[in-house]
Amino acid sequence: MKIAFTSSGTSWTSLIDPRFGRTEFIVLYDEEKQLISAIDNSHVKNVAHGAGSATAQIVFELNPSVLITGNGPGETASTALKHHHMRIFVDAHDMTLKQAYEQYKNGKLKEV
Amino acid sequence: MNEIVILSGKGGTGKTSITASLAVLAGNDAVIADCDVDAANMHLLLNPDFGTTIEFFSGELAVINQKQCTRCRKCEDACRFNAIGYADKKMQVIPIDCEGCGYCEIVCPTRAITMSERKSGNVFISNTKAGSKMVHARLDIGAENSGKLVARVKNEARSLAVAGNKAFVIIDGAPGIGCPVVSSLAGANYVLLVTEPTMSGLHDLKRICAVIRKFRIKAGCIINKWDLNEKKTTEIKQFLQNEQIEQLTDIPYDIRFTNAMTKGKTIVEVPSPYRQILHRIWNEIKSQLPK
Amino acid sequence: MPFKIAIASGKGGTGKTLLATNLADYISQGVDTLLVDLDVEEPNDFIFIEGTNVNSVDQVKMIPSWNERQCTLCGNCARTCKYNAVIQLGTFIAVFNELCHSCYACSELCPANALPMKAFKMGETRTFSKGRLTFIESRLEIGEEQAVPLIRKTIIMADEIFHSIPFQIYDCPPGTSCPVVAATRHADLVILVTEPTPFGLNDLKLAVETMQDLGKPVGVVINRDGIGNSEVEDFCTREQLPVLAKIPFDREIAQRYSKGELVYNEVTNVKNALRKIASFVEKHFNP
Repeated sequence: MKIAFTSSGTSWTSLIDPRFGRTEFIVLYDEEKQLISAIDNSHVKNVAHGAGSATAQIVFELNPSVLITGNGPGETASTALKHHHMRIFVDAHDMTLKQAYEQYKNGKLKEV
Repeated sequence: MNEIVILSGKGGTGKTSITASLAVLAGNDAVIADCDVDAANMHLLLNPDFGTTIEFFSGELAVINQKQCTRCRKCEDACRFNAIGYADKKMQVIPIDCEGCGYCEIVCPTRAITMSERKSGNVFISNTKAGSKMVHARLDIGAENSGKLVARVKNEARSLAVAGNKAFVIIDGAPGIGCPVVSSLAGANYVLLVTEPTMSGLHDLKRICAVIRKFRIKAGCIINKWDLNEKKTTEIKQFLQNEQIEQLTDIPYDIRFTNAMTKGKTIVEVPSPYRQILHRIWNEIKSQLPK
Repeated sequence: MPFKIAIASGKGGTGKTLLATNLADYISQGVDTLLVDLDVEEPNDFIFIEGTNVNSVDQVKMIPSWNERQCTLCGNCARTCKYNAVIQLGTFIAVFNELCHSCYACSELCPANALPMKAFKMGETRTFSKGRLTFIESRLEIGEEQAVPLIRKTIIMADEIFHSIPFQIYDCPPGTSCPVVAATRHADLVILVTEPTPFGLNDLKLAVETMQDLGKPVGVVINRDGIGNSEVEDFCTREQLPVLAKIPFDREIAQRYSKGELVYNEVTNVKNALRKIASFVEKHFNP
């Protein structure tokens, strides 16, 4: 399964970025291959409007099964992503990606 | 690098005067952004040199090639903004009404309409008297203040801060709750609210707080001209407490602010107790920021 | 034909609402008057006008709504939209309401009729009555970012319902960008309220330029006269802009205003200012 995180950095020890649309990076973890990769989202972060729309497109193209974030995407982006059976988990504030992943595995994160 | 936005909801509470004062106190630790692009005033207090000017393009404008136009009026029918019509024997676009949606371009049977990039303002990058860099802008008359120019100003400021290893970006925000305000909030770590003890001030403060709540950003508040209405000041403090917004300080109405402004100075540059007070506030704000 | 005055300013906080509400109340003592609060992001006139609420209406914006069953996923809508308000994510068409400008292009050009336009609430307009004064306020919903559509709707509503009220005052938002243009477009006279300070002068110049661009007759009211300097007045003289009135700075005005009170009956300087404005209008426009 592929897990996507909204992240402030590019590694397991980076903190979760609480924002969706304006997240610094999107980090993708492939559970099977145990590989982690990061996409720089800074160009989206800087738009005046439509950050949610642009980031939703990026996440959609990465096609993760699970998205872990802080505040969560807005309603429109959430609906669009869930339409493709993506599971969205929120409230991973103030923790590293590693901690967030563990919380998710232990069923401790809230699902949208 | 931390971003501090100063907002008020209501215009005229003293936002710009306070922002400029903090800019002077922060000196070269900060990059300044004047995001009140509709009626920018910070330049009157910080003596910027307007060193660099960058044209800003936003949105599109419909342009008609009269030679190819057959005056079939399909564009007029399509346009929802009454921006295209027949006058003086030809089809004409009213630029101030055109929203750049491109519908007319699509429906035109002879391809007589093209959407062209629209200049809507100028961005300036300056050195200020505080030894810092400032990014400010001027929106063209009647231009769309969609928040794009605000975002541009903020992003330039951010880039300069990162490049220069500056600790802060201090942003003078716009009044209201619309796109320009929301645009200045995106990415902020802290909101400094400047309000006044009037019914209008509190009413507008509540509305801007509702917007800030959605962003979940830490906030603190200065009550300016507090002595105009002590009862209202108390009411505001109660509201702030309920909202868990830090009460930073109360400033009495003081003609020295205007006197200083008239000389092109911030209050912290003239003899007054406010240099010490605002210095304390600046330290308090800094202590509230993430490391 | 009603006579319409728009009260605007470049700078916020100069006293637009103070003037609009006091002028409207004053004029309505003698003639049927309409006051419209077009500062839809932060409407404040209601604080000062104590009238009876006679009507409340939701104002809507039209936004495309995706009909999944009819949709063929051709993606034409996403390609058409200039604002990235409609995007295609695989088998899903996402419409971002806050980005939409209601141009109807995607909806009307959809080959499958799968994006009918639906109404979404963007704000509310309330109507109040106080003697011969009719007062309308429009208020933008929190979370809505575009003021212009609501301002336009309100003006249309005022034209449709209240065109017979002879004297009309429109309280405008601060600034010089599109909301102000939308709010002042239809006015016969624009009164710019300023203060005699460098900020006031800077923003007055921008506002004057905007109004001249729109071809609007302009009159200036200098509020808080006495603080600052004479540069604003000098500017008006040089540019041949009529200064309709000057309201001296008075702590009592600020205090009464802070309590939500009208001030003209208690403060002679304000009443004098209103009289001067009224006679200027009568002399030059004979409405």
